[in-house]
Amino acid sequence: MCLAIPGKVVELFHDERPTALVDVVGVKRRIDLGLLQDDLPEPGDWVLIHVGFAMSRISEGDALDQLEMLTMLGEQDAAMAEVRGLGMTEPDERGSP
Amino acid sequence: MKYVDEFREPALITRTVEEIKRLADTQRQYRIMEVCGGHTHAIYRFGLKDVLPSNIELIHGPGCPVCVLPMGRIDDGLSMAEDPSVIFAAFGDMMRVPGTHGSPLEHKARGMDIRIVYSPTDALKLAAKNPDRHVMFFAIGFETTAPSTALTLMRAKAEGIRNFSVFCNHVTIIPAIRAILDSPDMRIDAFIGPGHVSTVIGCRPYEWIARSERKPIAVSGFEPLDILQGIVMLLRQLRDGESKVENQYKRVVPWEGNRAALRVMAEVFQLRPYFEWRGMGFISQSALRINDQFAAWDAEHRFHIPGVRVTDPKAAQCGEVLKGVLKPAQCKLFATECTPERPVGALMVSSEGSCAAYFNYEHRKASTLTNISVPA
Amino acid sequence: MSTVTSIDQPRYKVRFRDPQIEMAHGAGGKASRRLIEGLFLPLLCEASPEPLSDAAHVRINGASIAITTDSFVVKPLRFPGGSIGELAVNGTVNDLAVSGARAEVLVTTFVLEAGLPSSVLEEEVRAMADTARQAGVTIVGGDTKVVEHGKADRMYISTCGVGSPIAGLHLSAGAVRPGDKILLSGPIGDHGITILLARGELDLEANLRSDTRSVLPLVEALASAVGGSIRWMRDPTRGGVATSLNELTRDCGLGVVLREESIPLRDEVRGACELLGLDPLHIANEGQFLAVVSPECANAALESLRATPGGHEARIIGEIRKQPAGAVLVVTSYGGSRIVDMLVGDPLPRIC
Repeated sequence: MCLAIPGKVVELFHDERPTALVDVVGVKRRIDLGLLQDDLPEPGDWVLIHVGFAMSRISEGDALDQLEMLTMLGEQDAAMAEVRGLGMTEPDERGSP
Repeated sequence: MKYVDEFREPALITRTVEEIKRLADTQRQYRIMEVCGGHTHAIYRFGLKDVLPSNIELIHGPGCPVCVLPMGRIDDGLSMAEDPSVIFAAFGDMMRVPGTHGSPLEHKARGMDIRIVYSPTDALKLAAKNPDRHVMFFAIGFETTAPSTALTLMRAKAEGIRNFSVFCNHVTIIPAIRAILDSPDMRIDAFIGPGHVSTVIGCRPYEWIARSERKPIAVSGFEPLDILQGIVMLLRQLRDGESKVENQYKRVVPWEGNRAALRVMAEVFQLRPYFEWRGMGFISQSALRINDQFAAWDAEHRFHIPGVRVTDPKAAQCGEVLKGVLKPAQCKLFATECTPERPVGALMVSSEGSCAAYFNYEHRKASTLTNISVPA
Repeated sequence: MSTVTSIDQPRYKVRFRDPQIEMAHGAGGKASRRLIEGLFLPLLCEASPEPLSDAAHVRINGASIAITTDSFVVKPLRFPGGSIGELAVNGTVNDLAVSGARAEVLVTTFVLEAGLPSSVLEEEVRAMADTARQAGVTIVGGDTKVVEHGKADRMYISTCGVGSPIAGLHLSAGAVRPGDKILLSGPIGDHGITILLARGELDLEANLRSDTRSVLPLVEALASAVGGSIRWMRDPTRGGVATSLNELTRDCGLGVVLREESIPLRDEVRGACELLGLDPLHIANEGQFLAVVSPECANAALESLRATPGGHEARIIGEIRKQPAGAVLVVTSYGGSRIVDMLVGDPLPRIC
């Protein structure tokens, strides 16, 4: 547990059950949207797919935030090193957010 | 691949690893357990152990639904398929799991109608397409997978598809974590929480781990940057003497979980009073059964199953490896009598079981390599 | 090259202990190897044991010839990019090519299931004729058997090919040295994933085709560019690149280290593998080959492939090293690594 892959919603279907055609770098499958009934995605949205069901919508904002946080890890360190180099702070002030 | 490649970006990985090295106190040995088998698989697949400092030890937890399934349950499932009118449908993960008289794949080679499906709805479709046969779906998985089975059962009922049943072997993660923490020979400093289970149950169910057991837990995704960032979060908490639940996998995990998924689970399933976990014994309230409203689709009602308990060979030390007390290579049978080709114990059966993962990805590496440089 | 020897050689003992034949024995991985090395070789091959190769090079009355055989069992018979008939011709041409020989003639046998529509058979025979013409090989004979309905999965085809050695090539696992480079002719996984999707059980759609083709033109281009510096070649069919390279490491006693980002892969193959939890290195290919060349000639070798039609996606994917001896290691660009072993049976989709 548990292999789940991000896929892009291409088309929605509203038959007896809500489904969507989802694309994963060119591989397409009809995915069941039954677990996202309270928050149905639109074409262009990204969802997390597990055993043919969409489990969750993927938040682009949160993804970008995470990447930015990680990018800043090194920058914080560079900034700290610079500040340390100027003799302005203790060397064990490490990696604080 | 969007939402995948960005989280495998080499420069960011290197940077995050440097942060880990900065945070890890060299005077201290860290024991961090990843609960979920998917994380075990990812750690090996991405070679993350190679880049972590040696004082961070990753302990593999029991979150492998195939590994913890007792052999008797596989025998039960296969016994239902002995009737030639039955089609046995299951995920690929189940196909090589050995029962007492062979695995589903081996039964298939002997003529039993055994089919691999990617989704429980595929099994239901098979039933609709084959009205003169009965399709029995062997359901496994933690809370990630249970809602999909539940929804499929609701569909079967709504559409009146009677030639379909589910053999329910869904288990729940919290009791497993509790069993780990209750284990006397356990020493875990922090947990990497199961990211995909949490898309369903959210982050609240782990609060007792932080509050009562005082262990940090970071619910993490499965790409290298997710796992590494989860470790950064845990190291920071440990450094600061904190213990709280953090959601590393924010882009996908809602703190409150997926209400629709929890609703369908409540509608279809109820908790079994107890269930046997291979290598861990009986754990109470740790597994799901199909409730009476859906009894007509419950394979345990439709079929008479032998229900025989099959004990594992004493020499197999699965329980200790499952709980992280022993490393795979420390089990006496590892790589000798017990290999992926001829598995003796549960953990060698599934590709995400710690013994199988270690055997397949790591074990010949350990003794022979010092520095691995990337070829030009 | 082995010589047909007299029968004075001691016979080897059968070491194959499995009580019965299982599907895994035909999957091209560890179990297959056990069967071949433990039962077939000891009883059938009286010549001194050489590492297994795709074709045998022998001398008969002073003439050097190469000979190989292969059988084709595939469901469905027709799939995007090809059919069983094409596989049957290209597969044997390729086995000869990677053993360092140019296929000249083929003979073929058919095992047909009673009830098979003649139109289906005709389609496959036409496909074989067209493919043979394209590959420059002549089909000179064959045999047919019909079995009862329910056997033979509609049709099994086997082909035996005879060819002439390509001048200047001296291929053997024993010639491989640490530092040698490993070339791959093009993207992997196309064939296996196409077949998986064509079976229709997984409900996935993708714009993928089998890569079935003769690799002889590429092998010949490589041979004329760097001939004597090619140590070893193989076509990674069932069991994929992982199986072929693991066999190499076992045969030469050295190790293989691959650079993950150098391995050519189409997006759709990657997507299907991620979705299904499969490793592209284990997936079958029918139109690619691996070549191990000396490091000095690696760039020239790569250029020769890229300059040949169909070779534009060739890459250098790794190298031979002393360690990990007997194993294949894949390294990521951030320094993580994993061992890639041969599979036991066929790769199976997973959800966990």
